[in-house]
Amino acid sequence: MTTTSSPVTTRQGVLELAQVSRWYGNVVAVNDVTMTIGPGVTGLLGPNGAGKSTLLHMMAGFLAPSSGTATLDGRRIWHTHEIYRQIGLVPEKEAVYGFLTGWQFVLSSARLHGLPSPADAARRALDLVEMTDASGRRIETYSKGMRQRVKVAAALVHDPQVLLLDEPFNGMDPRQRLHLMDLVRRMGEEGRTILFSSHILEEVERVAHHIEVLVAGRHAASGDYREIRRRMADRPHMFRVRSSDDRRLAAALIGDPSSSAVSLTEQGVEVQVTDYARFTALLPRMARDLAVHLWQVSPTDEDLESVFSYLISGSTR
Amino acid sequence: MNTVVADITYRAMLGRKRIWLLVLLPVALVALAALLRLVNGQDEQTAVLLMKSFAIGTMLPLLGLIAGTGVIAPEIEDGTIIHLLAKPISRPVIAVTKFVVAASLVAVLAAVSTYVAAYLLAGSESGIATGFTLGALFGGVAYAAVFLLLGVLTRHAVAVGVIYALVWEGVVGGYVPGARKFSIQQWAQSLADQVSSSPFFSTEVTLGFAVPAMVIVTIGAVVWTGQRLRSLSLTGDD
Repeated sequence: MTTTSSPVTTRQGVLELAQVSRWYGNVVAVNDVTMTIGPGVTGLLGPNGAGKSTLLHMMAGFLAPSSGTATLDGRRIWHTHEIYRQIGLVPEKEAVYGFLTGWQFVLSSARLHGLPSPADAARRALDLVEMTDASGRRIETYSKGMRQRVKVAAALVHDPQVLLLDEPFNGMDPRQRLHLMDLVRRMGEEGRTILFSSHILEEVERVAHHIEVLVAGRHAASGDYREIRRRMADRPHMFRVRSSDDRRLAAALIGDPSSSAVSLTEQGVEVQVTDYARFTALLPRMARDLAVHLWQVSPTDEDLESVFSYLISGSTR
Repeated sequence: MNTVVADITYRAMLGRKRIWLLVLLPVALVALAALLRLVNGQDEQTAVLLMKSFAIGTMLPLLGLIAGTGVIAPEIEDGTIIHLLAKPISRPVIAVTKFVVAASLVAVLAAVSTYVAAYLLAGSESGIATGFTLGALFGGVAYAAVFLLLGVLTRHAVAVGVIYALVWEGVVGGYVPGARKFSIQQWAQSLADQVSSSPFFSTEVTLGFAVPAMVIVTIGAVVWTGQRLRSLSLTGDD
């Protein structure tokens, strides 16, 4: 090893993005985002294509912001390789050196960091992700979840203050997912700054104490998961109801304050619901009282895109 | 130079199928020389022709291309390079290490096969074997540096490299007198010519031009590779 560097003093591990934008030609991937990520677990939530990976890559020093600044504890991240003493990165891409064993891969990570006892550090990291038993096998023989865990071990080997994970739970089986979630949560409780991206709200709220929502490159919402969840549930919902007597049901529904608009279409009754809880309790009761059979009740705008779009339009930005 | 980066790169280059790609041309060169020796016996003119057209003219740029781009381009393509770059190691150090791996592979494979092939055909006559071995050694190092740079400059490094090797080095460098001065192949031959006293062979590029040119191109390409790696951007799927 010939790597040398000055020791990095222990710091807070605060990531800051100030008015960061990133564009590719005419396409804006990230648009004027300002956020501060401190110790604890933060989830970066957004649909596919929202710019989460672009944002993470800028925080990890693998992409220069087109405008604005990305810093870690006040130090610019781009072009600063010393920053990796503090940062551990788990990229989304599955590719790892398949010809290495798990042990060789994590050990190489420890040696590249110039750790004083790389073998001990590698052993500890593999143990942390429960990959000790399989560490003698080549990575190309691993399942997707195992690859993910060995990548996490390599990112953790130098005990970084900041851990960035890009869609870390993708492709994991439920047991592995729970285990990694538990690990992430624990590391957050230890005071590390952990940021992970995901497009699944349930995943984020199980692990993160704080959520940043990114939609179409914009910072759409920020808060703890209860706040985000409430805002998602409180939005107006669209339902389509098919029944044995749509006209009768529509007439009754329009008389109730839980819905703001009811229209009769060939596909059934379309209801704009303003009070979600009241509507879902009311509908079966109403159908029973009117002796109408319900064939189908389906939300028509439950896809993530429309949920996120609502968050954008409702945000104060 | 970083030994861990070198270790991983050697493993990637020499592991399994990829080693066959590297040894294919050197083996072909030796086999061709052995065949010619069997058919014609030792012949200095044939030796020079084979060395010029196949060893230096074909094998060397292609070996440089396979090794130079092979040490870095696939890793950038599939994202595994992150494992090396997300570490507190300066990017120029990574570039130098990758260059050392590529250059050592090309130099050893090209030099050994060139010497064996030339010796089979011409023995130690007129210093042909020694001269072309020296040319292959230094020419291979320069090619490795240029193709390493190509591997970080473009995602189509192999295609661009093949066009460069065939069109510039093969056609332009071979037939356009002015362009010959700027051809690694010609520089390698200039080195060979310096050592060899064969009457079947002379080059136009002087040693006084070839050696500094080779040094400048090699160092320049490695430094540029380091700078490119510093600013290497990786984008995600979204």
